[in-house]
Amino acid sequence: MFMLFLTACTSASDSTTQNSQPLVQSNYITNKGSDTIVNLALAWAERYQTVRPDVRISVTGGGSGTGLTALINGSVDIANASRQIKPEELDSAKKAGLNVQEFVIARDAIAVIVNPANPVNQLTLQQLSAIYRGEINNWSEVGGEDRPIVRLSRETNSGTHVFFLEAVVRMNDKKDKTIFTADSLLLPSSEGIISEVRENPNAIGYDGLGYVTSEVKMVAVSSLKSPDIYILPSAVTVADGSYLISRNLYMYTQNVPEGVIKAYLEWILSSEAQKIVVDLGFVPAIDQ
Amino acid sequence: MSTNSQNNPKGKIAEIMGFNLLRLVTLLTVLPILGLIVFIIIKGAPALSIEFLTTPPSNGMRDGGILPAIIGTLYLTLGTAIFSVPLGVAAGIYISEYAEDNRLTRLIRIAIINLAGIPSVVYGLFGLGLFVLFLKFGTSILSASLTLSIMTLPVIISTTEEALRSVPNSFRVVSTSLGASRWQTIWKIVLPQGLPGIITGIILGLERAAGETAPILFTGATFFLPQLPHSPLDATMALPYHIFVISTQIPGMPVKIQYGTVLVLLIFVLGMNLIATLIRSRARSKRQW
Amino acid sequence: MRQEKRKSDIIISSVIKVCGYSSILFVGLILIFLLREGLPALKDVAFSTLFSVRWYPIEGYFGILPLILGTLLVTISATLIALPFGIGTALYMSEVAPRWIKEVLKPVVEILAGIPSVVLGFIGILVLVPFFRKFLDLPTGLTAFTGAILLGLISIPTIVSVAEDALNNVPPAYRQAGLALGATRWQTIWGVTLPAAKTGVLTAVMLGIGRSLGETMAVMMVTGNAPVLPTQIYALFRPVRTMTATIASEMGEVATGSQHYQVLFLIGILLFVFSLVINIVASAVSTRQRKRSERVLS
Repeated sequence: MFMLFLTACTSASDSTTQNSQPLVQSNYITNKGSDTIVNLALAWAERYQTVRPDVRISVTGGGSGTGLTALINGSVDIANASRQIKPEELDSAKKAGLNVQEFVIARDAIAVIVNPANPVNQLTLQQLSAIYRGEINNWSEVGGEDRPIVRLSRETNSGTHVFFLEAVVRMNDKKDKTIFTADSLLLPSSEGIISEVRENPNAIGYDGLGYVTSEVKMVAVSSLKSPDIYILPSAVTVADGSYLISRNLYMYTQNVPEGVIKAYLEWILSSEAQKIVVDLGFVPAIDQ
Repeated sequence: MSTNSQNNPKGKIAEIMGFNLLRLVTLLTVLPILGLIVFIIIKGAPALSIEFLTTPPSNGMRDGGILPAIIGTLYLTLGTAIFSVPLGVAAGIYISEYAEDNRLTRLIRIAIINLAGIPSVVYGLFGLGLFVLFLKFGTSILSASLTLSIMTLPVIISTTEEALRSVPNSFRVVSTSLGASRWQTIWKIVLPQGLPGIITGIILGLERAAGETAPILFTGATFFLPQLPHSPLDATMALPYHIFVISTQIPGMPVKIQYGTVLVLLIFVLGMNLIATLIRSRARSKRQW
Repeated sequence: MRQEKRKSDIIISSVIKVCGYSSILFVGLILIFLLREGLPALKDVAFSTLFSVRWYPIEGYFGILPLILGTLLVTISATLIALPFGIGTALYMSEVAPRWIKEVLKPVVEILAGIPSVVLGFIGILVLVPFFRKFLDLPTGLTAFTGAILLGLISIPTIVSVAEDALNNVPPAYRQAGLALGATRWQTIWGVTLPAAKTGVLTAVMLGIGRSLGETMAVMMVTGNAPVLPTQIYALFRPVRTMTATIASEMGEVATGSQHYQVLFLIGILLFVFSLVINIVASAVSTRQRKRSERVLS
């Protein structure tokens, strides 16, 4: 009996895969990927309802890799990524016959955050790297109280994690193969990091600027070149390039977008949509 | 009994202490449960309103209601029922009414027990492998429902079997001696008698399906959907996943909405539990043999 | 007419038969799909990598030992926590409690069984995690111990209902004999009833272990998910990463067919095998006590 179900279902799915072109044009956009972008994508999807009430957009998080994998598998229309697509992902996309397109939809700073009760206000990039490598284990070593450092990190599938690994832990040294110390807590989400930092004076974490709330304290970070100048992340310092831990945020499509997807992506780069970017604490992709 | 105890005063003291220890342990088990429920009700009740139940989330989940998640969970529960109820009840009938005590039957039993023991996240992997990727259903209500169906199957099978077994054999003997075929006997006599037990089992199975997150994580759940799903091949929001999302993924999420959503899921799941309990106890009190 | 009846009877009977076999089919399908996706990991990933102590999949570190030990640590602690409460409650319900209290307790335990694990995880994050950090003065409240407490709660209903059934199945004559020999009820419980229900109680414990082993959401939400190799006792009060949480948090991301994908399925195979062993042992122990399988299963 179940085999009957299966065969029935298989034929159903066959017909849907054949119909996948019309399905795309049927005003239904699936959007998945980076947790950093998910709130932005959510806000866009919501606002777009007022612009084009006939278009439905489903938004899912899960991580940049999640979205790109789903894009390549063909299960979503738009992948959100907080990092650029990797060569191996591009390869498998080509194997699947896709001509993946990249869109920079906003910029983001990674803020380093601590509990407001923590007296530490600034860290050099080296100190930050040493903390996450496991070489600095007590806040007193960086001018704080005698407390153990609890390192919080996003899960390895997030673009934020990968970016932080490369830009901070390895300080952009391509040859450096150091990784996070094993006792870094890998939290499944940005909010997990915020809430633990909010509660825990021992904790240090990093998160996209858009996630940072007033209940946690941002730490000013100095660059390798000018270790004496500590800079806090903000739209201004990201835009002028003085805050170093910043990056582009992307959306990817399977092919050159058409129809509703094209219209949606064009709207995203409009000033109305980019204003939402600012509202959510990100930095616009286009100069306004 | 009492005379024995009186002859043994030391033993009596030990008994009193022992019993009180058991009472204490039970209390320590039960109180947190009740406390938890009360806590969630108190914290969640202020969020409940018609609007909360009938509008989609807005302002990045921080406002509005949870309608799509409620509907999604209903769809998933219904979808699970469509697949698992006929299959599970039929399998239960087979084991209780047809199966002989042989090696094959023992194998079936082992299979059922194992299905029941497989971790829910492994069901998720399986659903991803078979339904989402191999059969290309995508992350959809269909994939998630099928995955949940197989997970609930063992509960439905074994409660059906048990319910049918409790029907006295004399019923069957009388029916067949009156010329009814085996299936007629099962359909007209055995099944109606066992029905309350079967329904209880179905509800308990679906209750579990409704509350599960791990199996739908990569088979059908989506973060946000501004409108309701249109077809079984759409992904859907679901209450348990929504709780996971709003308690771990959204910055600055109002606690009120979090507790409200938890309360709605709890009412949904425990309501099913309550119905199952009522059906069972009513059937027990009505039973004549 | 009669012929027709027979014919439909045969058709229906064969449909039912096929449904009856479906469980075997599904276990087979699950196994096949896990093996199909997971076994290549053994070929593609070196054994020395798999059984190393570092889990950092995006750079090719696939050491599953910390995950296995993390799962063991959380599961064993959860069982140790749940055991006294589960067995104690079962003993109270079957041996001590008056009937009406029993009637009240049973649904309460079932309520606990019905609470979705994501709800317990939610309460865990909001209440337990900050509480344990302050109360036990830990660096963070996201620890194996927090997970173990939640898992203990989750496995208690299984332990209670299976153990209680086992105790109820002990013939009253055993207890009467004990009492007649001059033992108190308390002595009878420990000397006669509990030993007589030994196998059933053992089954209860096994199934409780199985329940916590496979639990995902609650654990993922409160254990901090740091893939540390738990070697010292204090590891219980440090973050830990379990097998289930690893699958749940990473599966969505990986490229289909990649090494990482294969290794996650391999972890799924291990979980499958663990639960298989636990359940077969439990069912072998309790072949005499098949009653109430519904509770065992739910």
